[in-house]
Amino acid sequence: MAGAGGGSNDVQWCFSQVKGAIDDDVAEADIISTVEFNHSGELLATGDKGGRVVIFQQEIEKSQPQCRSEYNVYSTFQSHEPEFDYLKSLEIEEKINKIRWLPQKNAAQFLLSTNDKTIKLWKISERDKRPEGYNLKEEDGRYIDPNTVTALRVPVFRPMDLMVEASPRRVFANAHTYHINSISINSDHETYLSADDLRINLWHQEITDRSFNIVDIKPANMEELTEVITAAEFHPHQCNTFVYSSSKGTIRLCDMRASALCDTHSKLFEEPEDPSNRSFFSEIISSISDVKFSHNGRYMMIRDYLSVKIWDLNMENRPVETYQVHEYLRSKLCSLYENDCIFDKFECCWNGNDSVVMTGSYNNFFRMFDRGQRRDVTLEASREGSKPQQVLKPRKVCADGKRKKDEISVDSLDFNKKILHTAWHPQDNIIAVATTNNLYIFQDKVN
Amino acid sequence: MFPKGTKRKFSDSREEPVAGGEDVNQSNLAAVRMLSSYSLQRQSLLDMSLIKLQLCHMLVEPNLCRSVLIANTVRQIQEEMTQDGTWQIMTQALSAANAAAQGSADRLVATEVLCRQTEAAQGEQVPKPFPVVGSEGCPAEEVAAAEVGMTMSTVSPQAPTSYLPGTFGMDPCWEEETGEDDDDEEDSEECGSGSEGEERERDSLVEDTRTAEQVFGTFEIKNPAPSPDPALEELFSDVDASYYDLDTVLTGMQSVPKMGPYDLLESLSSHGPSPLSSSTSCRSDLNELDHIMEIIVGS
Repeated sequence: MAGAGGGSNDVQWCFSQVKGAIDDDVAEADIISTVEFNHSGELLATGDKGGRVVIFQQEIEKSQPQCRSEYNVYSTFQSHEPEFDYLKSLEIEEKINKIRWLPQKNAAQFLLSTNDKTIKLWKISERDKRPEGYNLKEEDGRYIDPNTVTALRVPVFRPMDLMVEASPRRVFANAHTYHINSISINSDHETYLSADDLRINLWHQEITDRSFNIVDIKPANMEELTEVITAAEFHPHQCNTFVYSSSKGTIRLCDMRASALCDTHSKLFEEPEDPSNRSFFSEIISSISDVKFSHNGRYMMIRDYLSVKIWDLNMENRPVETYQVHEYLRSKLCSLYENDCIFDKFECCWNGNDSVVMTGSYNNFFRMFDRGQRRDVTLEASREGSKPQQVLKPRKVCADGKRKKDEISVDSLDFNKKILHTAWHPQDNIIAVATTNNLYIFQDKVN
Repeated sequence: MFPKGTKRKFSDSREEPVAGGEDVNQSNLAAVRMLSSYSLQRQSLLDMSLIKLQLCHMLVEPNLCRSVLIANTVRQIQEEMTQDGTWQIMTQALSAANAAAQGSADRLVATEVLCRQTEAAQGEQVPKPFPVVGSEGCPAEEVAAAEVGMTMSTVSPQAPTSYLPGTFGMDPCWEEETGEDDDDEEDSEECGSGSEGEERERDSLVEDTRTAEQVFGTFEIKNPAPSPDPALEELFSDVDASYYDLDTVLTGMQSVPKMGPYDLLESLSSHGPSPLSSSTSCRSDLNELDHIMEIIVGS
């Protein structure tokens, strides 16, 4: 019954909270499109299709013996608005594709949020004091006639109700012809990259009117295009290194010291194709939807349609670990191609000590793979399992006809309920799992 | 059953003909069925892929990754069919039929491209989001379809390929013929490469020549062919093609690689899966298209 977890103790995942509307009728704007913890794990940001960002703040109840924590809404703001490109007669969606937190430098928090075309730097700051006792201004703002002032006083700060303000500090626009799929903040704390289907640009966090193109895979003749960039990320410690993945299942590691334009990779990670599994869908399912470095910077994980693979940065010819997420879908690829599910872009994430990886699947299932213990578990994010501190029951999908009790057959999976976005707290066993329009938070049952 | 005298395309059976001819025929039949079923699956996959590429012309800029993956799949199928020899057969059949269709087809492509330019021009002039496109979700193709559909022949929504704008205005006899062939061919699809099959595919091929061109070739600006229809000329008289930068076209539209002999792509209809609910949506779209045309023409 135990779930996969890090360390020697088995982790038992319990329901903690669920955010979002309860009705089955999902408003398109409420569809969650990205989830991200900040570096301390105190803040959890979500972006949705309507261009809004909602930030939750962790509040730890120290009164309880179990040190339970809760995430409550901290700030909500409209990050991006829909736009219209008049030249191409096309809408630019306001959907937030990615949010990345900047490392905290002062009292305020900063995050980068991006839609298909524009990246914005948001400052989220708290205000819990306000100045009172001006000499020339009344409390309501009206000006006092200086001639009536008989005595002077020093204004003082008085406490007020906490107000969280989000303000856009930088707008990085007009640098991407294609749709931005990734942003990644460099460990130098000064620059970041943004990647679209064909190009990767390097920005300085302070400079908005200029960016450097560091990767360009656009062919001279667009008719020859056969491969696109699907994800990119900076190395967590080496500020000169980044990787990008492609729709053909390859990952390229580039070193910015080698040249200004990193079209030539330093390393190419490509696994030879398994001839026994070859089909017309082989290329599509090999397309990488997410790439994430491990926290220690030694490994990187990629997610393609059916599996999660972990690569050692020092070995380019094959991954060191491969985990099957939902192999039972291999025989259904044609139907999944027909209903477009085969193009779903699942993300993946590491836990704090890189011992467990997690990714989503269909039917509101998500999977965890314990690398050390070689165990995996399938859990479900649903309203049925959402009583406070209710331990999640492992689920099982039955591929063949012989369905056991409590198993679910492949044919009864709901492919509209997909978990594309998941996030793991950087230190603790707290995870955020996004279904279509709800955010589930699960925690380790601490005894 | 197994029609006598029809050539088997894939001779997979290694069994020697024995006295018990009946058994051999059965196993041969099974082998052929399996191979034909593979061809059919492959064909239907190709059809599906082409439909998906067509439907990529949406209000929001299409997903380039998805388009590229689908296009690569189409290419893979084409390569395999070329190795089989299936491709060459269809190519030959098509080039014969293509010559006949050349005249009218060119005009249609030009119209479609023009309509894209018109839409862009409209977008430029209108300060707020182009209401037609926004509310109807109707891409340029459907505008072209309306235009072509109204001025030219009738549209038969029942035909699986009818929603494809390039086929509107094609000789409707072809579409009906294809439809009839469909019914006839359903049962005898074992002989996937029989002469009947070729003919059926050839007919649909001609229609689809233009649709494929739209998908893979529309990012090449073609000089508008002189339109014989005065209504069309009047409609597009104020379109200025020069500002419409090629790069914009390339980046604005789905960037799908053009694949050489792909303008001879095979049948979209026949035994393929019916393209979603396109036929029903097509009909309601046509009503909306009248509305769109009014706005464009400014009447």
